[in-house]
Amino acid sequence: MMPTPGAPAIRLTDIHKSFGPVRANRGASLEVMRGEIHALVGENGAGKSTLMRALSGMYAPDSGRMEVADADGILHEVTGWSTAEAIAAGVGMVHQHFMLVSTLTVAENLMLGAELTKDGALRVLDTARAAREVDALSQRTGLRVNALQRVSELSVGEAQRVEILKALYRGARTLILDEPTAVLSPPEVAELWQVLRHMRARGETIVLITHKLDEVMSISDTVTVMRHGRTTARLRTADTTPPEIAREMVGRDVVLATEMRQDAAMAGEGWAVARDGESVAPASDARSLGTSSFPLPALEVRVLAVGNARRTRAVDDVSFSISPGEILGVAGVEGNGQTELIEAIAGFRQVRSGSILLDHRDITHTAVRARGQAGLSHIPEDRHARGLVLDYSIAENLILGQQHRFARGGFLNTLDGDRIADNARRQIAAFDIRPNDPTLPARALSGGNQQKIVVAREMGRDFRVLLAAQPTRGVDVGAIEFIHAQLRGARDAGKAILLVSADLAEILALSDRVAVMYGGRFVVVLPRAQASESVLGPYMTGAEEAA
Amino acid sequence: MSSSGEVAREASIRSQTAPRSGAVWIRLEESLLPSLVALLVAAIVGDILIVVFGQSPGAVYRLLLEGTWGNSYGFGQVLYKATTLTFTGLAIAFALRAGLFNIGAESQLAAGGFAAATVGLALPPGLPWIATLPVYVAAAALGGGIVGGTAGVLKARFGAHEVITTIMLNFVVLALLSYLTAAHLNVPETLHTTEIRSGALPRFSDFFASFHGSAVNVVLLLAVLACAGAWWYLFHTRRGFELRAVGLQPEAAEYGGVRPGVVWTRAMAISGAIAGLGGLNFVLGYKHYYEEGFAGGAGFLGIAVALVGGTHPLGAALAALLFATISQGGLAVNALVPKQFVEVLQAVVIIAVAVSVPEVRRMIRAQRKRA
Repeated sequence: MMPTPGAPAIRLTDIHKSFGPVRANRGASLEVMRGEIHALVGENGAGKSTLMRALSGMYAPDSGRMEVADADGILHEVTGWSTAEAIAAGVGMVHQHFMLVSTLTVAENLMLGAELTKDGALRVLDTARAAREVDALSQRTGLRVNALQRVSELSVGEAQRVEILKALYRGARTLILDEPTAVLSPPEVAELWQVLRHMRARGETIVLITHKLDEVMSISDTVTVMRHGRTTARLRTADTTPPEIAREMVGRDVVLATEMRQDAAMAGEGWAVARDGESVAPASDARSLGTSSFPLPALEVRVLAVGNARRTRAVDDVSFSISPGEILGVAGVEGNGQTELIEAIAGFRQVRSGSILLDHRDITHTAVRARGQAGLSHIPEDRHARGLVLDYSIAENLILGQQHRFARGGFLNTLDGDRIADNARRQIAAFDIRPNDPTLPARALSGGNQQKIVVAREMGRDFRVLLAAQPTRGVDVGAIEFIHAQLRGARDAGKAILLVSADLAEILALSDRVAVMYGGRFVVVLPRAQASESVLGPYMTGAEEAA
Repeated sequence: MSSSGEVAREASIRSQTAPRSGAVWIRLEESLLPSLVALLVAAIVGDILIVVFGQSPGAVYRLLLEGTWGNSYGFGQVLYKATTLTFTGLAIAFALRAGLFNIGAESQLAAGGFAAATVGLALPPGLPWIATLPVYVAAAALGGGIVGGTAGVLKARFGAHEVITTIMLNFVVLALLSYLTAAHLNVPETLHTTEIRSGALPRFSDFFASFHGSAVNVVLLLAVLACAGAWWYLFHTRRGFELRAVGLQPEAAEYGGVRPGVVWTRAMAISGAIAGLGGLNFVLGYKHYYEEGFAGGAGFLGIAVALVGGTHPLGAALAALLFATISQGGLAVNALVPKQFVEVLQAVVIIAVAVSVPEVRRMIRAQRKRA
């Protein structure tokens, strides 16, 4: 008997799951119908991933009931099953962080755990057959991959296709995707939607974890919203609006970034349409452009080349300058040299050639602390690894990088506890860091409040230039609003800001000029007025190169 | 993914009920309780062993306590042994705070003792100890500091892992000291140098007759000072702030304007210097000469001291007392149980700590959540 669409494929009821003191799920429920694309939305930390990991067998819930339909559409209780059982029952999950063995080929990765072997006592691997099967599956689904390519050679988009294929190869009829678009360019996202619609047409069920509302609106049939570990709403996509979903996510009204984009003044328009190669704008050129109302650049990067472990030119002759009171947004798919660019300017990474000028002072080879003293602030992309010492208290984290200013002089260099506490009280109040106990370790705070510590430290002092790398990644909507307001405020106060973000909406909402980084280069630099998702998309994939 | 907002809220509730001191108390509980649980486990295992040997645990432990804390000679010996162990344990704990595992305290200790002895042999005889002590301290710190600092430089400059280099330096340095002693300094037919005639340190028995016969000496006070100094440095100075940041998250420290390589070198040099100071205990406080092999494993037992002491200077001193007690107590109970009993007991303490630190912390946190 073929099960009818619209019958439940998954039903999770009142799921509770704690990790130590963290109650990730406390009464979460989810019902997904067969053959639909179901969006599971919520802020970071709302418990979406935890709930789905329970469904895929990675965690056993502390309590609650899990039911999954078999091929005939009959629900069976599966509470606390194993990943092996989940796979056998056709439930597959594609994780946010890829779980592939990079030294193996695509085909080898797919058959890992269920290796195909030739007959005979030695059980020799049958890679040829595996490759044929992968090719066939690839054809059928439209997920294009080269079965014999090593995973290490794949782009992130391709690696994600492999992840999806892996789930399907194992017979998944229900596919769970955890934030699949975080690493994709707009055309790759469009392609993914295409594949998902195909799967839906074949009667397969898809759960899409996301916190991006435009994705919810464009692809899903039904939305389940989670907040603080609980399910707060289940809506039909066609009957709802982004503001309504946002309200359910946050628990109050929010201003969405897309609605306030336009207030970014096009201040730098005339002056700043610089393309790769010609944007080495020495001071005299800037004046000759007739933009005397604009001060000289606060940050200037000239033909900068930076290497990383894999490529000698991860940043490949990039030049740009940023004026006081300007935000230059760098868009692009992650891994195209943005991290290396920021690290080189911040001083963690050796520059191969080129120079970096802060207020016309060459800082190319100065130490991190000297750059800080010269007026450079930096919100790093990875607050857990770089931006915070997680076991340090809020107060201690609020002086990281400024510790020399809080030391009494003399041989012992004793830290001045009173001034540190004072500073903490002031910053906690000014940036609304919660909870407000400065002695708590940063580890105990939510992502948004952790990021506020970083923002408070970097923006709560005197600076000229700010490097803001992924400033709102993994941060709840309320904190995003706050951080965006801080960035705009700093811009209006005459600071120069280099904003790097994987979130194109964020770039468009904040920037005065937008650059796209691809393959280590700035392939295009546009004034905000000329930039839009459709204009920038082709540049982000390298489909279009600046002349 | 994790509902960390929830943690924050709970933390805020906690902080309202127990303002400020809350965080301190939590840290204290988490750092002390695991060691206490480990001791309890070790005691139970010890009981079983004693019963297997056909003895009564009560009798053995009574004898052990009487032979150590029960009389002033035994107590003096405990303090003497604890002095060296405090230095090596503190040295290792200090390095661990910078994220470095110093396995080389054994040779750093020996190098410190050797440097002090060499200086002592060169000094004119008869100088008062109070005048020569600073010279000896500098020599011992320098001797150990050079050995430790070498491992630090190798890591900072070439990325060589400190576990490998400190282990290898043990062989190199001990062989070198052995050669120097044998070739130039030793009294024929022995493994030790001639006697140092200047600045021998007074023993406690010079002030308190009841300590008579035990080797505990004023270096013990140096050990206490070293612990206090290391504590102040680590938790109250800018350099300590930077050192701990490097130990916890080197990338975040780098972001904070700290050069990890510099901190590694400095931390290893200081760690080596602290271990080197331990050499004074034997060389100046006890025998008044350098003798090959005087370290006798104290540099390795220091690893256990540092771990049981929760890599805290104060903890290192307490753990040193514990291990010194077990070690001295082994002599006292030798009549009832074989001497390996004590070695097994020390090993059980170490294993129990290794197991109980993460386990007990997890239980404490779970408990707190329910509360």
